[in-house]
Amino acid sequence: MPDLYDPLELTSRDELHALQLDRLRWTIAQAARSPHYAKVFSSLDISADSVNALDDLRRFPFTEKQDLRDSYPFGLLAVPKDEVVRMHHSSGTTGMAIAVFHTARDIAHWADLVARCLYMVGVRQGDVFQNMMTYGLFTGGLGLHYGAEKLGCFILPTGAGNSHRQIQFMQIFSTTFVHIIPSYALALLGAFEEMGVDPKSLSLRLAVGGAEPYSEGMRARLQESWGIPFYNCYGLSEMQGPGVAFECPAQQGLHIWEDSYLVEIINPDTGEPVSDGEEGELVLTSLTREAMPLIRYRTRDLTSFVPGPCPCGRTHRRLSRIQGRSDDMFILRGVNIFPLQIERVLMSMPEVGHNYLIVLDREGYADRLTVRVELTPEAFQGDLAHLKSLQDRIADALREEILVRPRVELVEPGSLPRQEGKAVRVVDEREG
Amino acid sequence: MIEQLAIFSENKPGRLEKITEALAKANVNIRAIHVASLGDMGVIKLVVDRPDDAYRALGAPAAIRKIPCVAVRVPDRPGALHEVTRVLREAGINIENASGFAVSRAEAILLLEVADVPAAEQVLAQAEFKTLDEGEFEAAVL
Repeated sequence: MPDLYDPLELTSRDELHALQLDRLRWTIAQAARSPHYAKVFSSLDISADSVNALDDLRRFPFTEKQDLRDSYPFGLLAVPKDEVVRMHHSSGTTGMAIAVFHTARDIAHWADLVARCLYMVGVRQGDVFQNMMTYGLFTGGLGLHYGAEKLGCFILPTGAGNSHRQIQFMQIFSTTFVHIIPSYALALLGAFEEMGVDPKSLSLRLAVGGAEPYSEGMRARLQESWGIPFYNCYGLSEMQGPGVAFECPAQQGLHIWEDSYLVEIINPDTGEPVSDGEEGELVLTSLTREAMPLIRYRTRDLTSFVPGPCPCGRTHRRLSRIQGRSDDMFILRGVNIFPLQIERVLMSMPEVGHNYLIVLDREGYADRLTVRVELTPEAFQGDLAHLKSLQDRIADALREEILVRPRVELVEPGSLPRQEGKAVRVVDEREG
Repeated sequence: MIEQLAIFSENKPGRLEKITEALAKANVNIRAIHVASLGDMGVIKLVVDRPDDAYRALGAPAAIRKIPCVAVRVPDRPGALHEVTRVLREAGINIENASGFAVSRAEAILLLEVADVPAAEQVLAQAEFKTLDEGEFEAAVL
């Protein structure tokens, strides 16, 4: 039996369902206090009394990201303003902005969930935590901060960027774990090399990677180069932020905390649930949030349930690695393409460096896809013929995966811009 | 046998300049240069007086490789190159890349990339051609 932060992690499915039903009824009553849901519920003549079983949730409509935008700033607030202690906010421009509010109990519960996540992968009091995630309106920094503090960690709230100083801090304060955006973890490898520091020589034990989807191949490269496990963290600010789902040491999917979230995975076109193991859009209902409960929120993140029980024994179901946000998808000559599909192919080829860029533009009237990849120094044989054949092999492998043969540009090692925040992997230069 | 440096470089303005700048700063002298390109990609080949210093100056994370090649001294007259290619053809040796330059009114040096450098040097020596090592190459081009 695993060493647990919270006995709820092992609770039986029946007990979990009973708890969910209680909390769902409470959440719907709470949501009804917000102007947005008050209107929706009364127009459909539904309320907490309509819920006698978990399946009754399906009588409620989805909440879309657009609803959050339309009700900006306070239309979804379900408590008096003087009970709000914090806001997080999207970086979206006017008309696209989303504000998410928290009461003191929301913040405490969030910290508790993050503490549960970190405890699960072995973080304990005395660990030294370098939080290289942006602090501020973005949830990534403060979210992990509060959870780690709850466990009694010593926190270095460094935020992202300033790579050489980050590495010096790791050395001086013997950092044992980091929270970092995967593309920044790759970029930092360059800084380690410049400083002549081997990350494996430091006190690091583990890393938490979050805030952007990344492929299993990228994870393998990170674990190999840093010499520590990278655990995937999933969250979204609408549902609190990081800590909604998290990997256990088995690294076979992310346990989503079902005492705090009701999970559906739907076919994004029909809205109907998909069968177990099938990919679909993740739809979440918060079960404990006071300030801004959300009912059947369409996350636009694509995932599937990992079938079967987890070797760790936890009863909370697992989500497969997030396959990408449906917003990230682009359409090229009628074909749907996810950047992660391209990343998966590139990271499986040892000749290809860690950094890449996808460029969409037009050639005459036709869309054109160009994938720029860095050659690794080791892969260079000294002649053009070999480069040309590598270029062809990459293009062929990509065509296998995405059904379109892209133009592949091999570029010099280290020449693509280093990513310190959420990576910009796709540049769309097509008009309109 | 001498060593050439092959450097991967995008075929774009300023890329060669970046390389020459690094070598100038490291006080490395370039003896021979050869640039080949294909679409967006280019390979720059250099023979320099201090290959190890050049290698360091161009440094991580550049894609750079040392390539052994044959340096052979030939008389600067019609038919001289033909004699070299005939000797190699008779021995079944393929020339992957070649460049050459005159070092005086009477003499030129050929740089040949072949799969098996010692074998090529041996057949050239048997045909009484003078192949050069690093020191001899340096002396010849001065």
